[in-house]
Amino acid sequence: MTVHGDADRLRIETLLREQEERILKRWLDIAGAAAGGRADHGVLGGRMREIYQAMLRSLSEGDDSTDLRGLLAELSRIQAREGFTPSDTAVLVLSVKEAVYETIEASEETAALRGYIWFSKFVDDLALYTFETYVTAREKIITDQSEQLLELSTPVVKLWEGILAVPLVGTLDSARTQVVMEKLLQALVETGSEHAVIDITGVPAVDTQVAQHLLKTVAAARLMGAECVVSGIRPQIAHTIVTLGIEFGDIVTKSSLSDALAHALRQSGVQLTQGASKRVVVATERA
Amino acid sequence: MTDAIELPIAANSDVVLVRQRVRTSAQQVGLSLVDQTKVVTAASELARNTLVYAGGGRVRIEVVGNGARGGLRLTFADEGPGIPDLELALTDGWTTGGGLGLGLSGSRRLVDEFDLDSEPGKGTRVTVVKWAR
Ligand SMILES: Nc1ncnc2c1ncn2[C@@H]1O[C@H](COP(=O)(O)OP(=O)(O)O)[C@@H](O)[C@H]1O
Ligand SMILES: [Mg+2]
Repeated sequence: MTVHGDADRLRIETLLREQEERILKRWLDIAGAAAGGRADHGVLGGRMREIYQAMLRSLSEGDDSTDLRGLLAELSRIQAREGFTPSDTAVLVLSVKEAVYETIEASEETAALRGYIWFSKFVDDLALYTFETYVTAREKIITDQSEQLLELSTPVVKLWEGILAVPLVGTLDSARTQVVMEKLLQALVETGSEHAVIDITGVPAVDTQVAQHLLKTVAAARLMGAECVVSGIRPQIAHTIVTLGIEFGDIVTKSSLSDALAHALRQSGVQLTQGASKRVVVATERA
Repeated sequence: MTDAIELPIAANSDVVLVRQRVRTSAQQVGLSLVDQTKVVTAASELARNTLVYAGGGRVRIEVVGNGARGGLRLTFADEGPGIPDLELALTDGWTTGGGLGLGLSGSRRLVDEFDLDSEPGKGTRVTVVKWAR
């Protein structure tokens, strides 16, 4: 940049500082109008003031715009969470140009007007930066959500009063089996349930480690006064378990989840009648 | 005709990967669903032993054929501490790791051919074959 250019830059900096209140007010008007009724003007105004001041600091101190970038990133994140689009956020930042331009025009200074070109590029960069951080923020939100989904993918569900079920789906590595089993035991305590169904219909293979986790869980549940039924052992899994030499002892196994539920219901004193219409009629046995 | 791949066994996720690759190869060879499940389970046992007792190693998955029928050969190899008493290790319920002690003996029953070769201080090699019926 030439000496001449530096002078222009300096002039616009001074103007930005001197006219802070006026520019800020216009900026908030313009940005607020663009955002419509969706933005809380008080909160947004406070945030914009912070950004404006950081912008001034960044302009006078040269390259170090860490503060400014931090504030912009935060603005971007908040906007993302509130459901604004990335262009909404970029437009918000860009609209400072309009406010500044009006002020320069009113001042009728050619130096400041020339400096405006440079200022305009500076703001464009900032707007682009909010765009980038917006995308990153969205990605983060999506990652968080899929992590929560993973947690949910092995849910402990309540089938009936006092009867819980864990449907195991997919490849069971040791860590996951352990998590699921711990979750089940925890849920048994929290709900005071006395029956649990562990359904392995969706599990492609059961090796000795998975079996050991199953056996330990059933034993632990028993100590807590709850009975587990293992359901969904498909023929190929049954073959393999027997050939491996794993003994399930007196653990009740059922071919399907519904058989297991029927068993648990009977155990808890609920009578099931298979009606002619194939509807299941349920009646609680009274002592 | 031989078709082979080799996979490292260095982490729990590798054990899962080995199972998946063995399943794919077992399907290629035309093993029945029961036999697929048996060989996948044996692979799971042997891969885990390699990881837990030898701190890692590798597996070679080969599609083999003797003209009449196809089969799958798995070779697990490690440079771990080895097994001092093979007969004991192959006894149902014998474990030094708090397991069920059915990995080696059970795997032997799950496959058609089973070969355990181990030298204390040198390492262990387990080779199994499952033939398509
Ligand atoms: N690759 C290996 N290297 C060293 N020792 C092994 C290896 N594989 C198995 N063993 C030994 O053989 C024992 C029995 O193995 P296994 O039948 O799989 O039962 P588990 O894994 O439940 O102990 C193990 O406890 C371990 O002492
Ligand atoms: Mg084992």
